[in-house]
Amino acid sequence: MAVGAGVAAEEASYELPPELLIDAALARRIIAEFVRGHLRQTGFERVIVNLSGGLDSALVAFLVAEAIGPEALLCLLLPYRTSSPDSRADAESVVALLGCHSRLIDITPIVDGYLEASLDGEEIDRGRRGNFAARARMAVAYDQSVPWRGLVAGTGNKTEALLGYTTIYGDNAAAFNPIGDLYKSQVRQLAAAIGVPRRILDKAPSADLWPGQTDEGELDLTYAEMDRLLYWLVDRRRTRRQLEGMGFAAATIERVERLMATSEFKRQTPPVAKLTTRTPGVDYLYPRRRPAPGR
Amino acid sequence: MTSLRIGLGQLAPALGRVDDNLADHRAMIGEARAAGVELLVFPELGLTGYLLGDLNAEVALSADGARLRELAEQVRGMSVVVGFVERSPDEQLLIAAALLEDGAVRHVYRKSYLPNYGLFDEQRFFGAGNQLRAVDSSLGVRLGICICEDFWHLPVPYLLALDGAQILVNISSSPGRDIAAAVEGGLGSAESWRTIMRAYAQLTTSFVVFVNRVGVEESLTFWGGSQVIDPAGDVVFEAPLLEPGLFVTQIDLDDLRRERTALPLLRDERPEFVLRQLERLVREQAGVPQDAE
Repeated sequence: MAVGAGVAAEEASYELPPELLIDAALARRIIAEFVRGHLRQTGFERVIVNLSGGLDSALVAFLVAEAIGPEALLCLLLPYRTSSPDSRADAESVVALLGCHSRLIDITPIVDGYLEASLDGEEIDRGRRGNFAARARMAVAYDQSVPWRGLVAGTGNKTEALLGYTTIYGDNAAAFNPIGDLYKSQVRQLAAAIGVPRRILDKAPSADLWPGQTDEGELDLTYAEMDRLLYWLVDRRRTRRQLEGMGFAAATIERVERLMATSEFKRQTPPVAKLTTRTPGVDYLYPRRRPAPGR
Repeated sequence: MTSLRIGLGQLAPALGRVDDNLADHRAMIGEARAAGVELLVFPELGLTGYLLGDLNAEVALSADGARLRELAEQVRGMSVVVGFVERSPDEQLLIAAALLEDGAVRHVYRKSYLPNYGLFDEQRFFGAGNQLRAVDSSLGVRLGICICEDFWHLPVPYLLALDGAQILVNISSSPGRDIAAAVEGGLGSAESWRTIMRAYAQLTTSFVVFVNRVGVEESLTFWGGSQVIDPAGDVVFEAPLLEPGLFVTQIDLDDLRRERTALPLLRDERPEFVLRQLERLVREQAGVPQDAE
């Protein structure tokens, strides 16, 4: 089983570190239970996914379709004027393969309506523009979830969450996330197993917030390297000395630890000033959904 | 008649919905009776769900209250173990298991070891029990009932076996985690459980009946995989992962006699020796000098 996955990885354009290999069939079953369980618990029957054309959202669409059927899935394609045309074509290929519902909405008027028309020529760097576009997509998804009567599925993976490579209240905003505990390498393994098109699997991961952007270019490490380091550091609690003994460069360890430490806030709900006897999130702690009177 | 028909009630409790869960338990008791089950075991907190947080007080039942008694009244001609939140007479909230027999609550056990690490936060919401004893069931077999994390502490199976338990019953809400291709079955947490349970069955020469829930709460998916293991450590039956249902299997109590004859480990236990070492350790760790008497 592990050997088979290793061979598949060798044929692919990326490396799957052996210690990160998962039992893909079991992961699919657990995620399907998770998706169905959340819908049951919240009283919804449908899901909405922002499909970027990239691997993470494609995998989430496949997993959701497997869990609840493609007829209960709406994929949103939300390009901005700088988005790669290939991204849209790849997203459309996922919709065609799954036979799910889809809707194309160009977010350029939303984003440029603010950045170009309202800010009066102010210089906007590409990071700020990208973050605003990510939040515009979130706003559209939550609005579209109302007529669709569905929950917004998150599509962020564990690697980017731990490194803070997300837009807070943008791509990291969701009702639930089926793949948020999977490293990018594991996303790749699962995506290959579930039938995400090869073209999407093989292209360089990108937030597609500006032309030519790639995750590995921005982070200056391959996902295989980052994932291995994060796995041994976070999941297996290895010390810095042990990690260096395993061959990780001291500078890389330090940089990754810094990225993790400075992005803790992105992984938590905001603190509320404690003033009364019971404070939501502090000492008023209930399950997300609980029995309500009259229901 | 030395065979015993065991039902593993691998349910997916609805979080915080005691009435719904009571109805599910009742239905499964009926199903088990029709299948000739003599000992039916439900999972930890089966009447309430697991991640209760501040719902703990709202779902709590008293051990001699009407709701548990009404459930017990349905139990005749069989023995049933159910998991619930107990509100004790002194107003503590505890994770508890009740043995229902002959229309009554025969025995209540309160979870002794509450995990408070990793994904667990039980000590915030619950008190820990202080009594561990095996109980004679009306089936003519002595049961050692314990709850989930109790099994991660060696004294629990040891003490229950010394107290004469022939079947160690562990009811659990164990969340699946540590997914890895290198692990047999794919799930690290499940594999750890299987390993320790087989060891306990062998070391105590007892049957082990393990019932784990299924279903999803928040981030957690409970893995099921309930098991019955014989006194030689061999798995008699394993329920499927993640699937809810009543699973019925049969054990032969002659296996217990044979194993304990061939391998008289319990006969050779030395509780007085253990007690002396424990007393010494407790004294030393409390900082009491050797010569202080």
